[in-house]
Amino acid sequence: MLNHSKVSLESTHQGNGFNLSAAELQEIAKKLRRHVITMIATAGSGHPGGSLSAADIIAALYFNVLRHNPDDPQWPDRDRFILSKGHAAPILYAALAETGYFPVAELSTLRKLDSRLQGHADRNFTPGVEMSAGSLGMGLSFAIGIALSAKLDSKNYHTYVLLSDGECEEGQTWEAALSADQFNLDNITAIVDYNGIQLSGRISDIMNLEPFIQKWQAFGWHTIDINGHDLNKILSACQEAEKMKGKPTVIVARTIKGKGVSFMENNVAFHGKAPTLEEAERALKELE
Amino acid sequence: MIEASTRETYGKTLVELGRQNKDIVVLDADLSPSTMTNFFAREFPERFFNCGLQEQNMIAIAAGLAASGKIVFASTFAVFVVCRCFDQLRLCISQPNLNVKIVATHGGITVGEDGASHQAIEDLALCCALPSFTVIVPADATETAEAIKTVSINHGPCYVRLSRPKTPIVYPERYHFTLGEAVTMRQGTDATVIATGIMVAKALQASDILAKQGIDCRVINMHTLKPLDEPIIVKAASETGAIVVAEEHLSQGGLGSRVAQTITREKPVPMEFVNLDDSYASSGKADELLQRYGLTARDIEESVKAAVKRK
Repeated sequence: MLNHSKVSLESTHQGNGFNLSAAELQEIAKKLRRHVITMIATAGSGHPGGSLSAADIIAALYFNVLRHNPDDPQWPDRDRFILSKGHAAPILYAALAETGYFPVAELSTLRKLDSRLQGHADRNFTPGVEMSAGSLGMGLSFAIGIALSAKLDSKNYHTYVLLSDGECEEGQTWEAALSADQFNLDNITAIVDYNGIQLSGRISDIMNLEPFIQKWQAFGWHTIDINGHDLNKILSACQEAEKMKGKPTVIVARTIKGKGVSFMENNVAFHGKAPTLEEAERALKELE
Repeated sequence: MIEASTRETYGKTLVELGRQNKDIVVLDADLSPSTMTNFFAREFPERFFNCGLQEQNMIAIAAGLAASGKIVFASTFAVFVVCRCFDQLRLCISQPNLNVKIVATHGGITVGEDGASHQAIEDLALCCALPSFTVIVPADATETAEAIKTVSINHGPCYVRLSRPKTPIVYPERYHFTLGEAVTMRQGTDATVIATGIMVAKALQASDILAKQGIDCRVINMHTLKPLDEPIIVKAASETGAIVVAEEHLSQGGLGSRVAQTITREKPVPMEFVNLDDSYASSGKADELLQRYGLTARDIEESVKAAVKRK
């Protein structure tokens, strides 16, 4: 299915060159999840849980929503995607490879010396990666800088930024939330991968974020609350966000950490632990 | 000596640059009347962003703007931008080598009455520890204008430290600033004072006093701490045989440490240091504080004598 990528790139300057349907995206998301398992198991370290929870969001963005051109990662009019939760780099790398930014074979080099695929997303190493991330809470601010620049240059590109729920514990995330409203930005959409789990336990036990939707609303944001694994919902939420005028939009995507692999789902242990080769085999079977 | 404000010069220079280049944007964190970025804000409101009391947010926004091709100047007090935002400076600007100019005012203890919370005495050590950063401390207002113009066309991150009070003019006439090339302010054969920022004027005073006592003291203005002009340091060590480093900064990690690194490797000679001991300062008038904490021409004079004695 993905072999058509080179053909459809012609149209990326108008929209997303892949433009896959929700049903097709579901298959792609599964494929990306398989890459994540293989990559992290091969590397022997990494964060599977938060990559798997974000797989459907990433699939929807790269194969339908974003106007981007893998042959020209620096295309000035591209929509921007900022991965603020930098530990979910594997799912981003999988999407970048499958859309043609670099060879899929390169995915097996994750976290290795001399690899372009660093442990956390890094704009110095990887074509298509916009921001060096990994210290949480900075991505929304960075995205605001990009969105301000679009306004200054009268450019129409949209800036998406994917946050983890955990990093909404960082004060800077809320500084950024205040300022996006202050600067009247409506060309930015934050997506929160709300999987409810952080490294050492459940968000609700460690630093409760609720009432979460009301917090964003109080900060002046338009909010959309969706099931983050429902591809139709993700697509329509992005459309709604891009149409929104006068205020920034946050899509709160309710997800399941480790989604797609039974023994990783809702399992705190797999926030930052690689599966063993045996576990990876089981996981890949479930993702067939 | 005639005095002038480095931060006022900064504000005016920004306006000049803003007129020439539409890609220049300026960010501040509620302190624009003090950092003097308010001149720019008045003339180019659409290219000025007051980030309120959100220094960390400001630094990452600056990075995003730079990643989109803007030349970004971000200003607030030195303590707030360097000490509070070190992680943002590190991952958003230094590591990706983005074109953000951090111009901080109110560096050092000459902030005065506001006390320790407002006195950045560790900022140079921290900024020199950031790969890809250029670190500059102008000696006066003349040099400030030239340095700001230079960094605006020199791609990459930089930190420029300015002062709160007016400071003596050491360059009464226009002069050409070259990034990373220190300036020999006065020749001398018995010892060399390598100074930065407000300590350059004091080094010149000390050199006058020492001349009357028969000590011929060279004075170097090390306006760029990083990259460091190592050849001029080695030459001074070879030709004068004694080095004194003077800075308005803690003893560890600043210009003193950096010069010592070069001296030990290239040309070991007796060294003395005029800087702040390992503690915070206090409230007081700028001049009173400089006296109390040992940053006067007299302190430099004593250090030169001590270094010469050890030759």
